Amino acid sequence: MDWTALWLSMRLAGWTVAILLPVAVFAGRFLAYRNFGGKVLVEALVMLPLVLPPTVFGFYLLVAFGANSSIGQFWSATFGHQLVFSFEGLVVASVIFNLPFAIQPAQRGFESVPVDVREAAFCCGMSPLRSLWRVELPLAWPGLMTAMVLTFAHTLGEFGIVLMVGGSIPGETKTIAIAIYDRVQGFDDQAAATMSTVLVAISLFTIAVTYWLSARVGRRLS
Amino acid sequence: MALEVMVKAATPIPLDLAFRVEPGELLALVGHSGSGKTTLLRTIAGLWRPETARVQVGGTTWLDTGAGIAVPPHRRRVGMVFQSYALFPHMTAAQNVASAIDHLPQSERWPEAERLLDLINLHDLGGRKPQQLSGGQQQRVAVARALARRPVALLLDEPFSAVDRATREKLYAEIVALRAHLSMPVVLVTHDVNEAQLLADRMVVIEAGTMVAEGPTGTVMSDPRALRAMGIREAAAMVPATIDRHDSDGMTRLTTSAGPLWLPNVDGAPGTRVRVRIMAHEVLLSRARPEGLSAQNILPVHVIDLQSSDGLAVMVRLGFGEDTILARITRRAAQSLALQPGDQIHAIFKSMSVARDHITAGGATTPATR
Repeated sequence: MDWTALWLSMRLAGWTVAILLPVAVFAGRFLAYRNFGGKVLVEALVMLPLVLPPTVFGFYLLVAFGANSSIGQFWSATFGHQLVFSFEGLVVASVIFNLPFAIQPAQRGFESVPVDVREAAFCCGMSPLRSLWRVELPLAWPGLMTAMVLTFAHTLGEFGIVLMVGGSIPGETKTIAIAIYDRVQGFDDQAAATMSTVLVAISLFTIAVTYWLSARVGRRLS
Repeated sequence: MALEVMVKAATPIPLDLAFRVEPGELLALVGHSGSGKTTLLRTIAGLWRPETARVQVGGTTWLDTGAGIAVPPHRRRVGMVFQSYALFPHMTAAQNVASAIDHLPQSERWPEAERLLDLINLHDLGGRKPQQLSGGQQQRVAVARALARRPVALLLDEPFSAVDRATREKLYAEIVALRAHLSMPVVLVTHDVNEAQLLADRMVVIEAGTMVAEGPTGTVMSDPRALRAMGIREAAAMVPATIDRHDSDGMTRLTTSAGPLWLPNVDGAPGTRVRVRIMAHEVLLSRARPEGLSAQNILPVHVIDLQSSDGLAVMVRLGFGEDTILARITRRAAQSLALQPGDQIHAIFKSMSVARDHITAGGATTPATR
């Protein structure tokens, strides 16, 4: 059992969720409430990582973050190491790759808040920020929770992108999914089986807890 | 502080009108759905910004598109009751009311929410969620929440359309009673002419975004142009009356300035003042006092004037004691009776022609017909 790889995956998933939560709140809310020219295009762009093969997506990220790119050069100059094949690079890739999993459910969550209820919040003297905190977040909560759980579970399971952008550096970019692949390549089926079981258990636990929580929230609201 | 509104817009509904509501006055915006009345209310609240509009309360300008002033809705001290009530489903009734006074310290917020729940007779239900309240109770919570901010304008968007008829009667009475506590201009949007006539001091009749008629409720209700827009069968007069006694057979005797009135089962103890809506098309006229008639109400009236309302019919305004009622009769009937202004005649109408929700407590400030 490769505990280092598991811990790395958990850290990666944790960071991805932490960064995407505010993104999901503001982007989901914006897409839910605003109509603007090109909205469909933006929504399609957000969904793109869902349909692209991870290798295609990983290739573009590699080009964008590589030593020859301006982002890559800026990163090297600032932090003294490459963005690709590092944990930070993995986090950035994971955040981008998880955008649809975070924004889409959050958007649906905010869309479920009736327009007149939001307007009532304004008429009660709440500023947009206060309305977000007091009315919209409590009502859009199930959508946001789904967003975060999907992001977390999906990051744990992501393989292709991680391999493309991160390589397989132990303790730096070697996640549990890649560790399992390595073991299978090395004919260590026993270890692969153990790690797969642990991954299944963690994923199942996370999703079960979410369902339980959202059922509780559902009861609280009705 | 009076509320002054001017709106000119092409979308979403063409609008071109202006009106003014005095402090403590209840103005009804009456029109069919799609006439633009809700858009007007949303403009006042700041939820919609037309191309050209001005909204002023007292000396404060909330919206002036010409001067580039547009105060956002949360900075307008406006109370709004939405058609669907739009209560916050995750909060209790008391929390809903208190949410509008977030700026007060905790120690003042909850007593104030309690006071408002008392005002609308809901003190025992403050701990319930909206889903656990009946439609009528939800509407009361919405009214309390709208009043919590001590608004300088109170806006009611079809507030009675989502409840059943029996509940509506009770809510009408509560709004009439509540008005004693209200000193701000009140705007009621409704498609229900009965509701407007029962509750409003003044009416604005809107058709396709323009003002068809405007004035005191009684005047508008006998204005042929207004009646054309609202439907001629809505023509009616409001008569103030006092409950005299209830008989064991279920009939209630009321006194009016023209004499006694018998109506079925009116709620209220003897001495209670009410206002009764008498529909113009339910009133019969007779030169002689008829005998052997099933109608219980035969009252002496005099003809004030006759207006032709459409090709077939004539609207007769009748002096009814100190009040005025309307009778809509055919042109042929008016000719065969040879009605002339000043004639002393009899007005007849059935007890059963007055629906229960056409009677309301007598709290409105102005007589309906003048």
